[in-house]
Amino acid sequence: MIYLDHAATSWPKPPEVSAAMHDFLERAGGNPGRSGHKLSIEAARVIFDTRDALADFFGVQDPTRVIFTLNATHALNLAIQGLLQPGQRVITGGMEHNAVMRPLRALQQRGVQVEVIPAESDGSLSPQKFAAALQTPARLVILNHASNVSGTIAPAEEIARLAHAAGAWVLVDAAQTAGSLPIHLPTMGADLLAFTGHKGLQGPPGTGGLVLADTFDTAQLSPLVRGGTGSRSEFETQPEDLPDRYESGTPNGVGIAGLKAGLDWVQQHGLQAIRAQEDELKQTLQQGLTRLAGVQVYGPTHPDQSVAIVSFTIQGKHVSEIGRRLDEEFDILCRVGLHCAPAAHRSLGTFPNGTVRLAIGPTTSPQDIASTLRAVERIINP
Amino acid sequence: MSRGIVLFHTTTSALRGEKALKKAGFLVKLIPTPRELSSDCGFVIEFHDLPLNQLQAALNEAGLEFEIHFLP
Ligand SMILES: Cc1ncc(COP(=O)(O)O)c(C=O)c1O
Repeated sequence: MIYLDHAATSWPKPPEVSAAMHDFLERAGGNPGRSGHKLSIEAARVIFDTRDALADFFGVQDPTRVIFTLNATHALNLAIQGLLQPGQRVITGGMEHNAVMRPLRALQQRGVQVEVIPAESDGSLSPQKFAAALQTPARLVILNHASNVSGTIAPAEEIARLAHAAGAWVLVDAAQTAGSLPIHLPTMGADLLAFTGHKGLQGPPGTGGLVLADTFDTAQLSPLVRGGTGSRSEFETQPEDLPDRYESGTPNGVGIAGLKAGLDWVQQHGLQAIRAQEDELKQTLQQGLTRLAGVQVYGPTHPDQSVAIVSFTIQGKHVSEIGRRLDEEFDILCRVGLHCAPAAHRSLGTFPNGTVRLAIGPTTSPQDIASTLRAVERIINP
Repeated sequence: MSRGIVLFHTTTSALRGEKALKKAGFLVKLIPTPRELSSDCGFVIEFHDLPLNQLQAALNEAGLEFEIHFLP
C-alpha cells in the first residue's frame, strides 16, 4: 500500500507515539490538575512538558500561551469567535480552508464584515492586494500558511508586517505547516497561530492548539468554552490565568502524550532534513506528472514555494474515478475532490470538480513516487 | 526543621514553579495539597530549610503568582 494522504493525516505514526500513549494510560492515568495524587501529578507533568516543548518549538517564551485544543478547527474557532465582534472587519486570503471560512460566514450573518483577497491561479497571494485592503481599518487578518490543496506557501511575514502597520492582528492557520516548515512566531509576526497535532507533527488525532504570541493581549480574546479548570473554583466566573482561561474540561492527556512523542520524533529527524527529502520527492512527482499528456498540475512551479502536496487533474477523467482506480487497482491512497476548501479550488480554477491530491510524508519513498507515476500513466493509457 | 509549601492558582504554574526552582538548584517536590491549606490546585511545592528570599526571587523571575506557607 502507498499512503499519499499525509495532508489529511500523517500515517503511519512513529512507533514512539503509540508507546507514549500506552504509557500515559498505564502509568499517568490521573486527571491532571484536578486531584493531587501521584497519578494526577504525572498526568499534569506530561501535559506541561508538551506545552513547554511546543512553546520552544514555536518561539514563544511563556509556555502558558500554548492553548491545547482538539484540532486546528477548534483552535481557529476559538480565535475567530473570540476576537471578532459585529461591526468589525476581517481580511483573509482566497486559499482558506472551511475551518476558517465557515466560522467567518457565520459571523458575517451577525454583522462582521468579511473581505476575501483573491489568490492567483497558482494559489499565491499578493501582499500588494492585502496592503490595498488594509487601507480600510480591519481588526484581524487571517492567513492559511500553506494551502492544503496546492501546497502554496503564503508570504506570511510580509503580510503580517502590513497588517501590523495598519493596526490589525494576524491569525495564521498552520494546519499544513506545523512540523513541516520552521515556525517562529515573533519572526513570522503572527499574534495567534492555530496548529493541528495529527499532520506534520506526527501526533494522534484529537490534538492541536492555539499559540498566542508573548505580546498578544489576552484580554482581547474571549474563551470559546467555559467550565471547570481545577483552579479558583471558589468563583463561578472563568479564571483569567493562562492556559486555564481557554482550557476548561478534562484535556486529552493521552493524545497530548502522543503529540509530545511526535514532536520529539520530528525534532530528532530534523525539520530541514524531513523537508528536503519530501521536497525532492515532490519535484520528481510534479515533473513526472507534467510530462504526461492531458495532465494538469496546480500550484507554484518553484519548489520553495510549496509544501509537499501535489494536486492534479486529467483531461476528460473525473477525479473520483481517478481516486477510485488508484485505490482499487494500485493500492495508492490519496484524497480527491474539494478538500474542505472550496475557496481554494475557486482560486485555482478547479471548482466544483476538485483535484486529485497526492500528499507526501516522511515515510514516502522514491519507489512510492515511481509506482504512483506508473499508475497514473496506466490510468491515462490503459 | 521548617517545612515550607508554595501554593499556586493553577496546575501549570505549580509545574512552572517546580521547573524554575529545580533550575535554580533547589531541592523541591510536588505533593498533594495538605489538608491545612485550602487551594484548588491539587498539588503544591514542598521544600525544607531553603533560603526564602532566593526561593522567592526564582519564582518572581519566572513571573509566577504564589503564596508561601510554613507548616509545623
Ligand atoms: C489548511 C487547513 N486548515 C485547517 C484544517 C483543519 O485541521 P483539523 O482537521 O486538524 O481541525 C486543515 C486540515 O484538515 C487544513 O488543511
